[in-house]
Amino acid sequence: MNKSVFLGTLAATTVLSGAVFAATLDDIKARGELLCGASTGLTGFAAPDANGEYQGFDAALCKAIAAAVLGDPTKVKFVPLTGETRFTALSSGEVDVLVRNSTWTYSRDTDLKFDFVAVNYYDGQGFMVKKDLGVASAKELDGATVCIQTGTTTELNLADFFKTNNITYTPVTVVDDTEAANQYLAGACDAYTTDASGLAASRATFADPENHIILPEIVSKEPLGPVVRHGDNNWGDIVRWTYYSLLIAEEKGITKANLEEVAASTTDPEVKRLLGLEGEMGVMMGLDNAWAKNAIAVSGNYGEIFEANLGTSTAIGLARGLNALWTQGGLQYAPPVR
Amino acid sequence: MAMVSDAPKGNFRLSMLVYDTRYRSITIQVIVLGLFIAFVAWLLMNLQANLAAKDKDISYSFLFNRAGYDIDQQLIPYTNDSTHGRALFVGLFNTLAVSIAACFAATLIGVTAGVLRLSKNWIVGRLMTVYIEVFRNVPLLLWILLAFSIFAQVMPEPKDFKVTQEMVDQGLEPPAQKIFFDSIAITNRGTNVPAPVLDRPLGSFSVLNVPINLSVLAAVAVIWGSFWVNGRIRASAKAIQEDTGFRPVTWWKSLLVLILPITALLFALGFHWDIPAFAVGESGVSKGFNFVGGISLAHSFTALFLALSIYHGTYIAEAVRAGILAISRGQTEAAYALGMRPNRTMNLIILPQALRVIVPPLISQYLNITKNSTLGMAISYLDLKGTLGGITLNQTGRELECMLLMMLIYLFLSLTISVGMNIFNNSVKLKER
Repeated sequence: MNKSVFLGTLAATTVLSGAVFAATLDDIKARGELLCGASTGLTGFAAPDANGEYQGFDAALCKAIAAAVLGDPTKVKFVPLTGETRFTALSSGEVDVLVRNSTWTYSRDTDLKFDFVAVNYYDGQGFMVKKDLGVASAKELDGATVCIQTGTTTELNLADFFKTNNITYTPVTVVDDTEAANQYLAGACDAYTTDASGLAASRATFADPENHIILPEIVSKEPLGPVVRHGDNNWGDIVRWTYYSLLIAEEKGITKANLEEVAASTTDPEVKRLLGLEGEMGVMMGLDNAWAKNAIAVSGNYGEIFEANLGTSTAIGLARGLNALWTQGGLQYAPPVR
Repeated sequence: MAMVSDAPKGNFRLSMLVYDTRYRSITIQVIVLGLFIAFVAWLLMNLQANLAAKDKDISYSFLFNRAGYDIDQQLIPYTNDSTHGRALFVGLFNTLAVSIAACFAATLIGVTAGVLRLSKNWIVGRLMTVYIEVFRNVPLLLWILLAFSIFAQVMPEPKDFKVTQEMVDQGLEPPAQKIFFDSIAITNRGTNVPAPVLDRPLGSFSVLNVPINLSVLAAVAVIWGSFWVNGRIRASAKAIQEDTGFRPVTWWKSLLVLILPITALLFALGFHWDIPAFAVGESGVSKGFNFVGGISLAHSFTALFLALSIYHGTYIAEAVRAGILAISRGQTEAAYALGMRPNRTMNLIILPQALRVIVPPLISQYLNITKNSTLGMAISYLDLKGTLGGITLNQTGRELECMLLMMLIYLFLSLTISVGMNIFNNSVKLKER
């Protein structure tokens, strides 16, 4: 009798612990908070500001998701993760979604059991060196010491790049961007390599950004995007379409400023569906029909978020490039809301 | 004999399992064992259920896949084309290198500091007290970080050693210079020391992909042979001394036997030092980013080694002091009565006896040094934790497999050290016959 009760409890516990990951959306609603895996601090993408609040391109997406799901962009808790800890944290359920300049690769998608639901930044790996080093091309880096973040795709690309060009290097592995920048500035390495956007972001925080150059070679494809776990497709859809709603908003000219005005006056059926004025689009994902409207209201459309955090008017000064809308020669393209 | 009767048979009742003292302890043990097995089974079932829920399996096949990353300090040949399994061994050897070096240094520091703390010289004794109390009471990780940042921030950059065109024109010297007869360069990245090089090496062969260098083997054999012959010379001198009371002069024979063969061998192999230097252009201008040639010891190694040996040296010092204090004062007085000087009393009478007390805590310090070498991850020292438990784990996403394997390896390492040190302990402990 006692034994069967004990074994029964055992079985129930194991089944429960197995079922934890099934309904992320319900968990978030019950918790009243979105857990978003973010960088430990990469200016422009996700870094705490003077008030300790996370700001940046990736952080804005997290806030938009929180607004879409919970109707409140402040109900998001940012969990700082290093390149080493991020995937373990995601797969163990420590965070609901990972928005941390993570590159979409085959093995991460399949073997690690993750879903990269979209690409919010098309990037490529570059090298930064001090100007007085007198180097104009990454191919001149023979024998150099290079700082890399461990646990990243850049670590592997770096080895491949030097091998293809038949030159040698000494690796210095560091845990996160801040540490890498410290080592690089202290002269512990000649060059620092990571995604070109990350280099620009790090350089913007230096005391003397004009003394550092980013070499012209882009040695890899780095599609960065939000990641969720395998097995909860509805949650993946929510993250994907929240991101797409920001893209569609830019395409349709909906900004943070004119959102209410457009909602009141629009005759475009797709905009009506997007903003929840027509149809039951939100309900299909288990959300409020105003999900996209809430998401856009946080920090505006994709273009606005880009310009505010990374654009040419900021210290980071990145051009849209590949990340322009498809209508303007870029790769950012959202399927229709129908 | 007839007084003792067997336990009455045939009337065993179930309640006796609890109330009868003959059975009670067995009952308790069976229950505890059952609970323990149930707990382990629950853990395993939980693991299985969670892995199944995440659609993951346990597989070690990644160890045979290409690693794709580079490691800066490698004691066995390794490139990014090698497998994750080989990266594991590179890491393991790095762990062993820093652990063994730190064990030796910590013992040296510990024995010295432990003896000196008992010194009658007030200043020396207090200095050692300060050293032990300060280093022992600050976390090891902080010492590692401190040592590393001192090296990284204070030492000049490699480019400060370079000669520019301007310096050639004006006849100036670069701002930083190599030390020790212009042979060792300490930069903020590492220490570049001369490397021994042979022009005519004997070649090498491989055992399990690990190359064995014949030249090194030859040198070791010659040195060992020299010492053996020297031992024979001294033994025969001693025999003559005991026979005749006259000891023949042997120092020049010893010197000859110890130095001549190895010198001849090294000369035959074309031995010379490869001194680290920058590549130099035609007009004497330095080129390149780093020193070329020699051996580069990364500061992550040096800092970890220093911090481990100084920190654990304090614990060994305390063990040594306890061991010495455990030897009765009478032993010292007896030695003095025989006319021995304090130095010889310590070395010949006190320390050998104190070893019995010192060795057991020493074992645990050696284990701690080995395990604490994993803290090197804070300064990017690529030991076993850095390769298998760091980069390999991250790039393959096999957390469970890597962690289990790593724990198993550390367990094996620790048990090996334990066994070795216990054998030593048995050889020095009080012989009870």
